[in-house]
Amino acid sequence: MKEQQYIYKEDNLIDSEPNKFKSKELKSEEMIINLGPQHPSTHGVLRLEVLSDGEIIKDVVPHIGYLHRCFEKHAESLPYNQVIPFVDRMDYVAAMNSEHAYAMGVERMLGITEQIPKRVEYIRVLMAEINRIASHLIAVGTYGLDLGAFTPFFWIMRDREHILRLLEWASGARMLYNYIWIGGLFYDLPVGFEQRCREFIKYFKPKVGELEKLLINNKIFIDRTANVGVLPLNLAINSGVTGPMLRGSGLRFDLRRVDGYSVYPELEFEIPIGEGKMGQVGDCWDRTWVRVKEIYESLRIMDQCLDKLEGEHKRTREFDPQAIVPKKIRPKAQELYVRAENPKGELGFYFRADGKSDIPFRCKARACSFVNLSVLPEISRGVLIADLIAILGSIDIVLGEVDR
Amino acid sequence: MKKNRMSVERADLLTLIRQITSEDVVEIPNSTPYGIIVKKENLLSVCDQLHKNSAFYFDILSCITGIDNGPETRTMEVIYHLYSIPFNYSLALKVILPRENPELESVVSIWKSANWLEREVYDMFGIVFKNHPDLRRILMPADWKGYPLRKDYKHEEYYRGVKIEY
Repeated sequence: MKEQQYIYKEDNLIDSEPNKFKSKELKSEEMIINLGPQHPSTHGVLRLEVLSDGEIIKDVVPHIGYLHRCFEKHAESLPYNQVIPFVDRMDYVAAMNSEHAYAMGVERMLGITEQIPKRVEYIRVLMAEINRIASHLIAVGTYGLDLGAFTPFFWIMRDREHILRLLEWASGARMLYNYIWIGGLFYDLPVGFEQRCREFIKYFKPKVGELEKLLINNKIFIDRTANVGVLPLNLAINSGVTGPMLRGSGLRFDLRRVDGYSVYPELEFEIPIGEGKMGQVGDCWDRTWVRVKEIYESLRIMDQCLDKLEGEHKRTREFDPQAIVPKKIRPKAQELYVRAENPKGELGFYFRADGKSDIPFRCKARACSFVNLSVLPEISRGVLIADLIAILGSIDIVLGEVDR
Repeated sequence: MKKNRMSVERADLLTLIRQITSEDVVEIPNSTPYGIIVKKENLLSVCDQLHKNSAFYFDILSCITGIDNGPETRTMEVIYHLYSIPFNYSLALKVILPRENPELESVVSIWKSANWLEREVYDMFGIVFKNHPDLRRILMPADWKGYPLRKDYKHEEYYRGVKIEY
C-alpha cells in the first residue's frame, strides 16, 4: 500500500510570503486574487496580491524577493573590479548602462575620471545607447504582448537580434557583457564595427516608424492605455520615480543633461516628455510614447558617437583600452553616491570605502525598477484588472533589478 | 562635468540646521555629495524643514542605505540621499544608531519613496522604523531568521527542509 506522498495543506507556503489581507477580515463583496509569481508577462517573478471588488481593484500589494540574490552581500566580499559581472546581472536587459554607472562611481572614488581616454568614453556612450535601444525595445514589445498584440513582439525580437549580435561582436557575450571595466574597457571595438553600426542605424530607423504605426498609434492600444494609470507629477516626485515614468508625467528631467557625466555634454539630443496627446499627461500611453521617442534620440547619439570614433578619435595601433585600468583598486576612505540614467530610471550606487582594502565596505545599489514599482499601488486604485496589467507593463520593471 | 551648487549654499544649510537642532552641525568627512550627521531625535524635524524650506526644496529622496559597522564598533548607520530638482542640490544625511535594538523614526510622512526603501533596510539590518505603515520583510521570505547584511550574520543550516549552503 503506497503511503501518501503529498498531503495537501492549505497554508503550506503561505508563511514565507503571507498575504497582507486575510480573507476573514474582508467585506462580503471583496475578494483576494493572486497574480502569482509565474504569469505570462515576461517581467519576471512578481507576485501581486489584488484586493478587488468584483473586477474593480481596491488595493494591490506587490510581493517581491523571488529573484533576490543579495548583490550587496556579494559586493562586500569581492574586489571592486570583480563585482562588475554581478552588476550586469541586476538589470540584465541593460547591462552596459549598469556597468557604466558602477565604473563611473569607482573611477570617481579613485580620482581617475580625467585620465580616461576620450575614445574609451565615446565607446562607453555608444554601448550604453545601443543597450538603451535594446531595453526600450523589450519594454515596448513585451508591453504589446501583455495587451495581446503578438506581431510587435516578433518585430522587436528580430531587431534586437541585430543589436545583440553587434554587442556579441564587441564584447563576446550577448547579454551579460563584463565589457566596461573600471578605468577602461575589456577590448577595443573590432575592425569594421563602426560601419556595421551605421548600417544598423540606417536599417533600424524605418523599423521604429513601422512599430509606431503598428502599435503606438493603434486605436486598440490607445483605448487600452490612454487615461489609464495616470501618475500625477507631484506623486511621481514624492515617490522617487525617475526615468521615462517621470518624463511621461511631464518633467523634462534627464540625468544625462542634469549631471552631464561622461561625454554627454558634447552630444546633442532632445529629451522627450509626455504631453498628454492621447489622454491625460502621465498615463500609460505617454510613458510608452516617451520610450519610443527616446529610441530615436539614442539613434542620434549613436550617429554622433560614430562620427567622433571615425574622425577625431580614430583607432590607432597604440591604443590600449586597458591602459588606465588600475592593478590594485584601493580608494581612500570616503563615501560616494553616483547616479546615472539607466533606460528605466536613475541607477545609483552608494559606496563606502574604508581606505584599507580592495573590497568595498558597503556597496548599495539604488535600483530604479525597485522604486518605480513602489508606486504601483497608488496609481492602480479603482481600475479594472485588465488595466492593472496595462499599468504594470508601462512601469517597465525588470525583476533582476527590483530584487537584486 | 557640471558640479552641482551645494557648496555655495552650504552656509545657508548649516544655519538652517543649527536653528532646528540648536547644535553644531557635524559634516561627514570625505563624502560626495556633501553630507551632514544628524542625531536620530532631530531626524524628522530636519527632514521636514529640508523638504518644505523654500531655500532648498529637497523633493526627491533617492536612496536610504543601511550600514553595519561591525560588532566591535557597535554602531549602525542609516544614510539618506536627498536631491532637489529646482535647485540641483544633493545632500547626504547620516544618522548613527546603537547596534543593539536600533530604532529610528520613519520619514514616510514626508517622502513616499521611503516606504519600500525603509522596508529594505529593516529586512537587511533589523533597524525598526517607528510609524511605518507596513513594516515587514520585502526581499527575504517572511519567516527568515536573521538580518543578512549585518557583519556577524550566519545563516541557518536549513530553511524549510532545504539546505542553504550548496
